[in-house]
Amino acid sequence: MKFKQMKILKHIGLAIFIIGLSIFTGSLFTGNFSLSQSQLDEYITSKGYKSEIIATELKKAVVTEESLNIFQFSSRVRDAFQNSNNHYDALIAKYDTEKNWDKKGEQYQYKIYGKPHTLSYDLAKKAGSGFVKENAGLLWWLTFGLGIIGALLFILPNLILLGAPGIKNNGVFLEASTNRGWIAWLVLVYLVLFYLLLYFMPDYVVNWTFILDPISEFLNGGAASQWFVYGFLYCVIMIVMAVRMYIKYRHNKYQVIRTTSVLFFQIVFAFLIPEIMTSLNMPGYDFKNAFPLDYDFFFEWNLDSLRNSGAIGLFILVWGIVLTLVIVPLMVYFFGKRWYCSWVCGCGGLAETLGDPYRQLSDKRLNAWKLERWVIHSVLVFSLVMTLVTLYCYFSGAEAFLGIKSQWIKDTYSFLIGAWFAGVIGTGFYPIFGNRVWCRFGCPLAAYLGLVQRFKSRFRITTNGGQCISCGNCSTYCEQGIDVRAYAQKGENIVRASCVGCGICSAVCPRGVLKLENGPEKGRINPTDILLGNDVDLMDLVNKK
Amino acid sequence: MEHIVIIGNGVSGVTTARHIRKLSDKKITIISAETDYFFSRTALMYVYMGHMKFEHTQPYESWFWKKNKIDLKKGFVNIIDAKSKTLLFNSGETMGYDKLVIATGSKPNKFGWPGQDLNGVMGMYHKQDLESLEKYAPNNKVCKRAVIVGGGLIGIELAEMLHSRHIPVTFLVRESSFWNGVLPEGESAMINREILENGIDLRLGVNLKEIKADEKGQAKSIVIAETGEEIACDVVGLTAGVSPNIDFIKESNMRNDANFSIQTGRGVKVNRFLETSVPDVYAIGDCAEQHEGIGSRRPIEAVWYTGRMMGETLAQTICGNRIEYKPRHWFNSAKFIDIEYQTYGWVWAQPKENEARFYWEHESGKKCIHLNYDKDTRAFIGINTFGIRMRHEFFDKVLTEKQTVEYVLEHLADANFDPEFYKLHEKEIVAQFNKENNTNIQLKKKSWKRIFA
Ligand SMILES: Cc1cc2nc3c(=O)[nH]c(=O)nc-3n(C[C@H](O)[C@H](O)[C@H](O)COP(=O)(O)OP(=O)(O)OC[C@H]3O[C@@H](n4cnc5c(N)ncnc54)[C@H](O)[C@@H]3O)c2cc1C
Ligand code: SF4
Ligand code: SF4
Repeated sequence: MKFKQMKILKHIGLAIFIIGLSIFTGSLFTGNFSLSQSQLDEYITSKGYKSEIIATELKKAVVTEESLNIFQFSSRVRDAFQNSNNHYDALIAKYDTEKNWDKKGEQYQYKIYGKPHTLSYDLAKKAGSGFVKENAGLLWWLTFGLGIIGALLFILPNLILLGAPGIKNNGVFLEASTNRGWIAWLVLVYLVLFYLLLYFMPDYVVNWTFILDPISEFLNGGAASQWFVYGFLYCVIMIVMAVRMYIKYRHNKYQVIRTTSVLFFQIVFAFLIPEIMTSLNMPGYDFKNAFPLDYDFFFEWNLDSLRNSGAIGLFILVWGIVLTLVIVPLMVYFFGKRWYCSWVCGCGGLAETLGDPYRQLSDKRLNAWKLERWVIHSVLVFSLVMTLVTLYCYFSGAEAFLGIKSQWIKDTYSFLIGAWFAGVIGTGFYPIFGNRVWCRFGCPLAAYLGLVQRFKSRFRITTNGGQCISCGNCSTYCEQGIDVRAYAQKGENIVRASCVGCGICSAVCPRGVLKLENGPEKGRINPTDILLGNDVDLMDLVNKK
Repeated sequence: MEHIVIIGNGVSGVTTARHIRKLSDKKITIISAETDYFFSRTALMYVYMGHMKFEHTQPYESWFWKKNKIDLKKGFVNIIDAKSKTLLFNSGETMGYDKLVIATGSKPNKFGWPGQDLNGVMGMYHKQDLESLEKYAPNNKVCKRAVIVGGGLIGIELAEMLHSRHIPVTFLVRESSFWNGVLPEGESAMINREILENGIDLRLGVNLKEIKADEKGQAKSIVIAETGEEIACDVVGLTAGVSPNIDFIKESNMRNDANFSIQTGRGVKVNRFLETSVPDVYAIGDCAEQHEGIGSRRPIEAVWYTGRMMGETLAQTICGNRIEYKPRHWFNSAKFIDIEYQTYGWVWAQPKENEARFYWEHESGKKCIHLNYDKDTRAFIGINTFGIRMRHEFFDKVLTEKQTVEYVLEHLADANFDPEFYKLHEKEIVAQFNKENNTNIQLKKKSWKRIFA
């Protein structure tokens, strides 16, 4: 009876969640976007555009009585910038053929640089009006509010539905959402589209920023950007999905504490502190985000901004370097890379909350491991080369180093690794490839931590003698695709660079075979010629051979 | 090149093959009628429950066999012709061998119950049983109730499986308390409670009389011998233990001349070297029967670990280093729905004359430990631990060094193997022991040095 009611509650929750998500998605298609002449003039002066024709182009485009939605608006704005730039490009070409170098040189100042969708975003932020913007509070409740309430109604009945505390992975491989079925593909498409818009077409999601403007203004005094939306959403999702973790693993204190820890670091360190710093006119900095995951730490703009921020800037600069060079490896020595990857890190935090339902989808094949080692170490090298080039150019004033252009390598890295790998693929592909694709194959910091963990650390997963029955639960639920069983069934401790110490292998093992622990380095990798339980004298074996 | 043929691709056969490969480059063939590749039988339940797919139960990827030059042959061996060293398959094919390893495992017991071969009646041993369960009990619409006959480890697993799909289960157990032939009273009662708390209809002290069929020849109900009660059901699981799967050997013996007859009892009789009565024929795993139990062990040990250890040992013998099968201290583990169980050394259901016991149960009723030790020498004999994980190595050492029960209690923190941050109960346990025995044992702090010494 209770069971039935809980199921109904769950379904109601799902319906509410879907309504919230639909309104959230639908809100993108609402609103009017236009500017008055005076607004436009003000904008152009504030930006200091020298182009003589951008004013007329933009006026044609957006000073209008027509009601434009964001997509029409964006397209017109991008055309306007394009037309302006085309105009000067034509002049440049003309003077070039005329060999009129002076004139040619003059034209460059009129060109407007920047990503078209970003330029359009800036204008859209000013140009938007309509129900969403005018009713941000209401919309917050209809989107975030319904989403949270719905999700919680969906999750909380698990307290009853899952039965007594314990590992309840019942049906994981029988359901379309967690076994690569149609629901999983649908979620993948949604997530990928979300990231594509966020990274490459922020103007399209400007309506979302309107919903969060009041909260942003409250926190940092400014309007919400698409990154504020992302950060806020990230925290909300992690909190809700952490509730799911708390229920699912309520018998397992390691999981409960670890989940609390990632939640704390995300909300306080990644979200609140940077927002508050911004409101205090300091550079917003996430104190736990270590280079090279924080790949733009040594970019010119960041170094400049830190140098111009007085004592706090200097402190951040020193902290960032000490974090990467001293704190990170020292902590890995004592606790394994888990202290970062599954206790502190934001990417890890999302993977361990939103991503938990997908952990079983990681690829366990030996070939995947081979690929992993190639790819992740390549990314590490890539990030280091990029930083080297950037720093050299920063201090020497050169444009390139070792034949590599600083701007080019930074752009390439940001695009390929920062946006595509970490975002679109890293999170977007959760429902099909598992929750740690980025952490396993892409993260340069994980590669670095992994090297330390593999060669100089007290952390290991101890295998409990001969107790393994090769059932495969540990391997199946290892989000990092480690074939844990391959070690456990030989009685061998697991010492692997990629292990993030999530502790789930130990949790799901039905025979109590695995224990994550920090102990003396000696004996960390144990000999396993003969399993514990079998009284075969090894010296005997060797002598007789 | 010497050709080693292994019948059975279970853990014993595969372990033998792997270790022979480590030690030599002999030609190795593994035969099985059940599946193409080795899988973990112990994990069958998780496939039905949806924790894993069948492929996840396979410990090695399919390229492993070729890479290690282990030939796999799918087929059922009808006859072993030990004289000509030839196997006869039911397909009519034959295969020669130089050395033969019989590792054919077990089959579920059936005690001649009326209706035991009806549709919807099944054991839970082979992959085919899993498929049959999936067919007759895919959900609680098709299977409105299932009855499980036989209260052992496989029976409770089957109950948990069906329960995971919300199929009502009636669980017939012959004994007066669950598995009390092995578990002492406290532990057994704890598991009774666990079963009942999961809404499983546990019937203690009852036997199956018959299974009745509907007009299509499928099970429709069972009758309880003691009460005559008839219980309607769609599926009947027979889990009243297993016995060696060696009918084909008995068959072969009738055809072979006496010198080449492989001696059998309940299982294939083997000596301490795992050799059968016929040269170059060995038997290991569930199907092997020692002439006499080793130490306090039973002659047939149908558990995963022993199959694996016999495999390791036999590989040495086959590769020219003839050694005895010498299992160390007994250990085992299982999980009763949500309660994990480990045991090291011996804790019999009933204490023997020289034995004293100490039982501690947590207030939740879901954790307990039970220590067995010698009354006079105080030597530690064994421990049952429920809901608390303990270190195998610790107890292996304690048993080898013949430490006392006081030593074990003093060092209980070293023994604990629960995940980090778990609530520890050692103080409570030691305090209770001190109180009951008027002792003054002081719990020592966990020491890495001792653990790794
Ligand atoms: C559901 C279940 C849960 C279990 N859980 C545990 C546990 O938690 N812990 C534990 O210690 N033990 C457990 N066991 C017992 C353990 O699985 C067995 O002890 C072990 O698998 C035996 O291995 P084996 O290699 O001897 O035989 P098997 O694994 O039975 O392999 C024998 C193979 O030989 C094949 N074969 C037989 N005859 C022929 C023939 N004539 N021709 C060709 N092929 C043939 C069979 O089809 C089979 O594939 C469990 C068993 C079951 C069924
Ligand atoms: S090996 Fe275990 S602790 Fe490490 S990542 Fe995999 S599941 Fe997590
Ligand atoms: S989950 Fe435990 S018993 Fe199963 S394979 Fe892994 S270590 Fe072995």
